[in-house]
Amino acid sequence: MCLGIPGQIIEINDTNDKLATVSIGGVKRQINIACIVDEEHPPQSCVGEWVLVHVGFAMNRINEKEAAETLELLEEMAELMVDY
Amino acid sequence: MKYVDEFRDNYKCEALLWQIGKLSHMIGRPLKIMEVCGGHTHSIFKYGIEEILPNTIELIHGPGCPVCVMPKGRLDDVISIAENSNVILTTFGDAMRVPGSKDSLLQARAKGADIRMVYSPLDCLQIAQDNPEKEVVFFCIGFETTAPSTALTILQAAAEKISNFSMFCNHVLVIPALKALLNNPDLQLDGFIGPGHVSMVIGTQPYEFISQEYHKPVVVSGFEPVDILQSIWMLLWQFLEKRCEVENQYNRLVTETGNHQALEAINRVFEIRETFEWRGLGEIPHSGLKIRSEYAQFDAEKKFTIPYFTVADHKACQCGEILKGVLKPWECKVFGTACTPENPIGACMVSSEGACAAYYKYGRLSQIRNAERSIPEKLIK
Ligand code: SF4
Repeated sequence: MCLGIPGQIIEINDTNDKLATVSIGGVKRQINIACIVDEEHPPQSCVGEWVLVHVGFAMNRINEKEAAETLELLEEMAELMVDY
Repeated sequence: MKYVDEFRDNYKCEALLWQIGKLSHMIGRPLKIMEVCGGHTHSIFKYGIEEILPNTIELIHGPGCPVCVMPKGRLDDVISIAENSNVILTTFGDAMRVPGSKDSLLQARAKGADIRMVYSPLDCLQIAQDNPEKEVVFFCIGFETTAPSTALTILQAAAEKISNFSMFCNHVLVIPALKALLNNPDLQLDGFIGPGHVSMVIGTQPYEFISQEYHKPVVVSGFEPVDILQSIWMLLWQFLEKRCEVENQYNRLVTETGNHQALEAINRVFEIRETFEWRGLGEIPHSGLKIRSEYAQFDAEKKFTIPYFTVADHKACQCGEILKGVLKPWECKVFGTACTPENPIGACMVSSEGACAAYYKYGRLSQIRNAERSIPEKLIK
């Protein structure tokens, strides 16, 4: 029920109603982006961003840097296992 | 797919299992870890994570499935709304099969009620506009993850002055349920895997009381197998170093303070109920949301006469004990016999996120964890 899926915003459709098109693994879908826009992040700035999509809404941005750091740590751990 | 495949990678899973094996050996005592969220329960079974963990680690499947905890009475109430001939009832697919005392929504639909599944609550506004002579009622369920979307839907309905739309609100809150669980003297737990998507809305900060007052560590986790294994690994480090903190494995989505716009939408539209009933767990104070009086015109509880049925759970059903982690599904007398996904007696059998359905579906009919279920030998060393 609480599941969500990552998608990339490819186009803003309506700045007033805060509607955007995301691509979810190649499939396009219109979603509401009200939860991720404010003065600092106007709708137009969201194009290209990765978000988590839940019941037709972008619920948060995915933080690229944090994801990369987590993966790097795990890669290091995996290399350690090979050396072992 | 980006942000999915990397977190399903075999190689990283093996490395984590290898570390988990070493750490659990060093800790040298059995550990009980509860995954609160039904989404985690589902992933754990889907990827066979329980099977590959060292057998000193036991996962307890918590109450975090909004469908599983929906009391029968609320289901009967919503069916009574749907039986009005001028009503179109809409809901998420997950809610369709939950048994009420007589029928599920699916059965009520078969008997002629106009019940439609929607992907997003916003879809209901379209249905309302397309059917001006009907009343569209959204049966809304879900935790904090889903509440922002329904709040924003009400705000949009208000902005567009849609008058034939309302919601029957059944949102529940994770933190009060965790408090109720932690106050239960039967509960024996060493730590928690915290719900990732609830936390993306509320942040990690609301869990601090668990580490501070109840002295149990929490790691907020993502839903892919690498996420879950990494969270277990992080918990094991805490046990080993005798730390007790709230940590965040899912930092690509979760922050300490959550999503402010989402929280603001919830607070504008909803307020906390004095108490709300959870199937299997009973009444839990301050654990549900209702629509604020400013938005009463969108509140189905104000628009319709609700019978407020109260229906006791089936006598044989031990969902409550399962949800508290006191019993395992196969310990329930009717598991897999009178109670199956086709004919669920209790709610844990209804949704694929319920513990009983997961055990049933993935063939753990009577199996109790056994010794061979430790990690592959080459990884132990
Ligand atoms: S087997 Fe059925 S009745 Fe028993 S606890 Fe599970 S869902 Fe409830």
